[in-house]
Amino acid sequence: MTDMAPTPGSHISVQGVHKVFQSGGQDVYALKSIDLEIARGEFVCLLGPSGCGKSTLLNAVAGFSLPSSGHIHVDGVPITAPGPDRGMVFQEYALFPWMTVEQNIAFGLQIKGDPKPAIQAKVDSLLELLHLQDFRKRYPKDLSGGMRQRVAIARVLALDSPIMLMDEPFGALDALTRRNLQDELLRLWTELKKTILFVTHSIEEALYLADRTVVMTYRPGTLKRDLRVDLPRPRDVASPGFNALKKELSLLLMEEQNRHEQDEFRGAAVD
Amino acid sequence: MKRYKHAASGILVPLAALAFWQLLSTMGWVNATILPSPMQVLTKWWAYLRPLEAFDPAQGSYFKWCFSGELPQDAMGSLYRVLVGFAIGTGLALPLGLSMGYSKVVNALFNPLIQVLRPIPPIAYIPLSILWFGLGNPPAIFLISIGAFFPVLMNTVTGVQNVDSIYLRVGRNLGASRFTQFTRIILPAATPYIFTGARIGMGTAFIVVIVSEMIAVNNGLGYRILEAREYLWSDKIIAGMFTIGLLGLGIDTVMSRLSSRMLRWHRGLEQG
Repeated sequence: MTDMAPTPGSHISVQGVHKVFQSGGQDVYALKSIDLEIARGEFVCLLGPSGCGKSTLLNAVAGFSLPSSGHIHVDGVPITAPGPDRGMVFQEYALFPWMTVEQNIAFGLQIKGDPKPAIQAKVDSLLELLHLQDFRKRYPKDLSGGMRQRVAIARVLALDSPIMLMDEPFGALDALTRRNLQDELLRLWTELKKTILFVTHSIEEALYLADRTVVMTYRPGTLKRDLRVDLPRPRDVASPGFNALKKELSLLLMEEQNRHEQDEFRGAAVD
Repeated sequence: MKRYKHAASGILVPLAALAFWQLLSTMGWVNATILPSPMQVLTKWWAYLRPLEAFDPAQGSYFKWCFSGELPQDAMGSLYRVLVGFAIGTGLALPLGLSMGYSKVVNALFNPLIQVLRPIPPIAYIPLSILWFGLGNPPAIFLISIGAFFPVLMNTVTGVQNVDSIYLRVGRNLGASRFTQFTRIILPAATPYIFTGARIGMGTAFIVVIVSEMIAVNNGLGYRILEAREYLWSDKIIAGMFTIGLLGLGIDTVMSRLSSRMLRWHRGLEQG
């Protein structure tokens, strides 16, 4: 295979990526031959059953665990380590519990070495942007799940990173809070023109948010379907167009879910 | 209202015990030398507490005079040894514990020795401490620092090793250097463990100070109750023991107040 150059015009370029784990002396392909081009300002959802490698792919782009082979480029530069140009919002909030809301948001800016007044101004504007002004002195333990995730988003936005990576960020929230934050995220995305790679196992969430929904298969993790969602925003989850896509993705996902279950049964039989 | 009820029930058992004790003495069921009455103990306690000489401005301030009695002097002596010993033990345990928790290499180097030394009770160091340091404060402080050292060390190591890896991932994602990772993430994340270790270490230090005073020092609360035994002053022994109990309670209260103040963010310490 020749050394591949990133596709011109792509913001994130994933080419021929494999990720192999050793399990019981056997090679398990968490990711196999992944090719994915994401344009600047695009909102892409990775959709799939648990264990399909969607988080693995996200972590590879984040630089937390590099691929076994293949290339990932951001703006034409190969990824070698995590960095503040790719801010990540984690599933478990991952706020620093010993820092107040504003300290959490300011932390990345302090690392960057911004001057104090600039940090303060930035934190103030983010608190306002995410409606967190009244909570600035609170510790994470005193916040609801939705509020915590707002802080986590603000912390990433503080970095001004062009890319936001989101690992099932709303998975633990109740339906209403979830919808609320989805709308908030769309508002921020439109306003700030970020490229977003968003992992979810909810079909509805993917269709509600994304420009493109990429369905992944269960072991080996490959791309099963790359679906462009052309519905106008704000999207109506009850509309016929939405439901047609939902049905289509459900069928695809169901196939993978079944393979996953068969795999688990086989595993149990071997044990 | 409920609070008063709680306080009232908290005092019930001590009062009953006191009444029973007084009954034993008044009825003459026990020898007063073996177990003096509560009133006797209280009288002795006051005598032990109050200044021995009349107030004389030439000798220093009124405040100083207030603490010139035998008991305050003993208590301050014991407290001094506890604090110095604890500071030395903690001062050595913290840097070692942080580096052992952070670096597998440092841990591999030091852990075997630590595991052999750790089960030796500080009291077993008494002969060596006297050989090395003679009598007085130095051997006592040496023993106390050993008593404080191990709990702080073990908890610090565990605290650093148990830092949730997600915090480190966030740190890397935000671009934190190794130094920043350590000072702003690992250290604060480990503080709940470190405080627990410090509290246990302080408790051990307090036990060791009493023992070491019985052997190597000629003042302090531990020395005083052993001295009282020579004269068969059981009332003074009991007064001294209560003082030790109250001082220990005081130290522990200060420690726990301090840690809940500094760990306001911590889930386990939510206050109403």
